[in-house]
Amino acid sequence: MTRLELALVLALLVAVPLSLLAGRVWIDPLHPDLANATVILLELRLPRALLAITLGAGLGAAGAAMQGYLRNPLADPGLFGVAPTAALGAVLAMWTGAAAAWALPLFALSGAGAAMALLGLLAGRQANVALFTLTGLMIASLSGALMSLAISLAPTSFALSEIVTWLMGAVTDRSWADFVLAAPLTLAGIVALRLAGSDLDGLVLGEAAARSLGLDPRRLQAKLILGIGLTVGAGVAVAGIIGFVGLVVPHLVRPFTDRRPSRLIVPAALAGALLLLAADSLCRLLPLVTELRLGIALSLVGAPFFLALLLRLRRGAGPDAGLA
Amino acid sequence: MPGSPDMLRADNLVLPGRLAGVGLTLKPGEVTAIVGPNGAGKSSLVACLAGLLRPASGEVLLDDAPLAALSPRHRARRIGYLPQSPEIAWDVMVETLVALGRLPWQGAALHRAHATPADDARAVEEALAAMDLADLRHRPVSRLSGGERARALVARVLAGEPRWLIADEPLANLDLAHAAALVRLLRRQADDEGRGVLLVLHDLATAMNHADRVVVLADGRVVADGPPATALADDLVSRIWGLPARWLGEPGAKALVLA
Repeated sequence: MTRLELALVLALLVAVPLSLLAGRVWIDPLHPDLANATVILLELRLPRALLAITLGAGLGAAGAAMQGYLRNPLADPGLFGVAPTAALGAVLAMWTGAAAAWALPLFALSGAGAAMALLGLLAGRQANVALFTLTGLMIASLSGALMSLAISLAPTSFALSEIVTWLMGAVTDRSWADFVLAAPLTLAGIVALRLAGSDLDGLVLGEAAARSLGLDPRRLQAKLILGIGLTVGAGVAVAGIIGFVGLVVPHLVRPFTDRRPSRLIVPAALAGALLLLAADSLCRLLPLVTELRLGIALSLVGAPFFLALLLRLRRGAGPDAGLA
Repeated sequence: MPGSPDMLRADNLVLPGRLAGVGLTLKPGEVTAIVGPNGAGKSSLVACLAGLLRPASGEVLLDDAPLAALSPRHRARRIGYLPQSPEIAWDVMVETLVALGRLPWQGAALHRAHATPADDARAVEEALAAMDLADLRHRPVSRLSGGERARALVARVLAGEPRWLIADEPLANLDLAHAAALVRLLRRQADDEGRGVLLVLHDLATAMNHADRVVVLADGRVVADGPPATALADDLVSRIWGLPARWLGEPGAKALVLA
């Protein structure tokens, strides 16, 4: 474990207990009101915190791998179209009124699986990075259109409001079942992305050099489809769409690494976990009538960050401006 | 097939529109320059020799065995390849860049390691020294000059300790002094380390003065192959490049002038 990873783990170890105590009801660790505190901690805040950590880790690792693959600091895991396709699955679950608790995540995971299968089928034998990414964008835009169609044809206004609220991702009121579903999938996805690490390192020098170093582009694509499909798909299945984490987190962490993509994946996962946990705790604390949705909050912060980054790259000032 | 097993050979390579039956045998310890007008098929030929392009017919043989039969990582340990004007995506340090050349030796997902970390460190050290980069090892690549950057890219290939070193226009964008310095360092790889060095060159004078052997390519065919003075004879250069030209000066310091 590097010093950076150790620091992030320590920060998480401090942040988790703090986040558990904070909320509408503050819990005094020295004089807890035992009856309520146990319920609040174990049934509400602990699964929520663990879920935020899981999703943040998945999105951070996916973003780091995506930026390494595209050799572009502005890349986002959303480019593969997994998130909108998973969301489409979830919307269909709500649209058809499938009531069982497992129906929505199952539909969403099926959507993510469909996106992964399409990517694998359409990516082609050449395994060209640009074509692959355009394939992902096409899948994303098709799913987006179908999702809009489903929303516009929503059978009841209740279903409509349920869909729209759900799409603004959040981890409120999530149960242990959600965590149990998302955690193993996300972990498997992060492992797949970490295994792609040395291939991504080869890509630092471009596709031709990477192939001359023995990289098999098809295997790399398979690892990425698996890794990004699992992390992003699991996230959408339990929390809706949460943007900007995968884009922003690798930037925050990269200056503390030697800038090799393989060395960024685990720290980005840890930092993503920390960021999402902190953001969710802040959402809980903001004195608003209804709680600010996590997805909206992150977009509100993330979009200006993205713009600032674009401006910095345009000036060519950023140390990672080497977009070639 | 008689002959030394230590060789890299192209056998009647055909790539529609690019190569029309090219044969070429490279020997260790020799610097071979490939020259030719734009579109002659130089880059396609070296990409085939490096195993990155599969010819439509014909084959590339490494030590008398088909190159295509080797696993990509095995091939990468034998043949180092520097593509034309490579990009460096992230602002890594010189040392980190050079260490990327060790990737085919290192263990990774589903691959076993073929070298120890100590081997890796020594190879990187030697590559840095061979390209005079020891003092720049901690510098980010964005802060290198053009000549330093070109040397760092070659050092990345050398770190893989390949028997064969193939570089597609390694001297592009370098001024005269830096180009000469880099050619001298590449020469040493052939003379001292016994590597087979194959360079695609644009500048005929560099090929004339520094290569052991020159292969002239035009329209996907080899039109001359031999010692520089023979392969780059005045009349051939004039005919292929379409300009009346002749060589002036002493061997080793010749210059091409338009007649």
